[in-house]
Amino acid sequence: MEVGLNHYLALAAILFSLGLFAVVTKKNAVTVLMGVELILNAANINFVAFARFIDTDLDGQIIAVFVIVTAAAAAAVALAIVLNLYERLKSINLDEADSLAG
Amino acid sequence: MDYSSIIKDNLISLNYFLPELLLTGLIIVLVIADLFLKDERSPWLSFVALAGCVVVLLSVIAQFDLGSRSLFQHMLVVDPFSVFFKLLFLASAIAVIFLSIASVELAGRPVGEYFTLLIALTLGLFLMASSTNLVTILLSIEFVSIVSFVLATYLKTRRRSSEAGLKYAIYGAFSSGLMLYGLSLLYGLTGTLNLYEIGDVLASRDSNGMALTLSTILILAGFGYKIASVPFHFWSPDVYEGAPTPITAFLSIGPKAAGFAVLIRFFNVALAGEPANGASQWSALPELDWPMILAVVSAITMTLGNLVAIVQTNIKRLLAYSSIAHAGYALMGVVVLSQDGIYATMFYLAVYYLMNLGAFLVVIVFQDLLGSEKIADFKGLAWRAPVPAIAMAVFLVSLTGLPPTAGFIGKFYLFAAVIKAGPAFYWLAVVGLLNSVVALYYYARILKTMFFDKAAEENSISVSPYYVTLLALLAAPTIILGVYWAPLQKLATNSVEFLRAL
Repeated sequence: MEVGLNHYLALAAILFSLGLFAVVTKKNAVTVLMGVELILNAANINFVAFARFIDTDLDGQIIAVFVIVTAAAAAAVALAIVLNLYERLKSINLDEADSLAG
Repeated sequence: MDYSSIIKDNLISLNYFLPELLLTGLIIVLVIADLFLKDERSPWLSFVALAGCVVVLLSVIAQFDLGSRSLFQHMLVVDPFSVFFKLLFLASAIAVIFLSIASVELAGRPVGEYFTLLIALTLGLFLMASSTNLVTILLSIEFVSIVSFVLATYLKTRRRSSEAGLKYAIYGAFSSGLMLYGLSLLYGLTGTLNLYEIGDVLASRDSNGMALTLSTILILAGFGYKIASVPFHFWSPDVYEGAPTPITAFLSIGPKAAGFAVLIRFFNVALAGEPANGASQWSALPELDWPMILAVVSAITMTLGNLVAIVQTNIKRLLAYSSIAHAGYALMGVVVLSQDGIYATMFYLAVYYLMNLGAFLVVIVFQDLLGSEKIADFKGLAWRAPVPAIAMAVFLVSLTGLPPTAGFIGKFYLFAAVIKAGPAFYWLAVVGLLNSVVALYYYARILKTMFFDKAAEENSISVSPYYVTLLALLAAPTIILGVYWAPLQKLATNSVEFLRAL
């Protein structure tokens, strides 16, 4: 069987759904960030697959490289914020970060 | 196109990129100056930042004469539309620097990083307003997001600021992930990242309406997060409450306006037909009814914002929900796909800058004087500190949209644009009007607390002349533009043109 565009799109859709599931159901801040990474990588697979099968130039692959970089930067900042919150609360459970409400 | 001509084109583009280059230079100067300063808290850096902003302001004003021009192989664009928003961002940055200098909350914290990040955020907003390629849209939105996560957490030793930063970062990362997935689908449907080419491809052939709708809704997640519209508004009350108040003020104006800029450009360039010669109205793609999607989002956003604002007891949270509601109002102008609508949205955002910044300035003043953000603690303040109370009255009346303030004119243009577009969106205008009545209730409640409730203490509070000057500088134009709005009208009319096709 030949691996075609649809296989990549299905893989990306499955990854996206898993990531969405993690973000919506998990309470641990680090797990939620991992879910976000899954979503970003699902998009990346889409970009690279479309670049291979539809586009004639390298646009999709270029944006994939940019996504990897920005995802790393965002994850670094988010983890630093989580670390800082851990110093305040001794917990990274999102449900316990509840002093802002109303 | 061969390589030498590409390089030549990029070098020419640099001339039109001057404001952004100056901002980058300013960031580097601030970082280096911070290294050489003995005292981390010295006010010198704020003066450097202010002076730099003024220089950038001059270079942006000079761009008005340039007309429309695509830069860097159609990555960015300079057009009156983006210049208008750049002016708005710079005005916000300058005002926020003034608020930060005197802020008690920020006193005693190192200022070098603070102003560096503030200017970096401004640079990100500049890029957002001029992006015409999916890569630059993605990069500029991420740029703005990452910097604002850090600024929201700036008071990192305070629990509330830490939590605000966490919520901002998690929702931000999530919504940009959704947006990116939507962008990847759009790329798959069209085979290009360039907004203009996407527009041409989608206009020239029938696309799968289902896939296009899905990708648009996902992309709207990223834009909706920036403008704080339902259902991506959850971060906003928490972040507004927990972040340092000057940063809250900036986040409520800058990224929101930038979100509108990128949203208007994206939808009208990529997903709408070009207006026929000289026509002031155009139509969306037949297979994708995005005006209806945006209309529903707008109606729900303003209704939810206003209804939840009623029960708030913390002034910063109340202003957060009111800011959600105002995003809903401003969206009304985008829905109707006409010159009038875009003009009304731009006018409203400029007016919103004045009145919302003013309201946050009063919050900062009361915070410094009373040490409280609770509306209940504002009892009788009109008699103890009349100047900020009267200024607050002006800003709240303007936020409600009553004459003779600028807010009334802004809302008038929005409703006029919706009505003029025809009966399809009459219901949206009705929803907007009902919402204005709801908004009157909670804004008036603050005024009642300040003016008619009996104060717990009688002693008067003195407000520093610095704050009085700033209040006057924001309150005066709020009233003057309500009576004589021709200058702002002229500016917005001249700026409503954006580059539609290559």
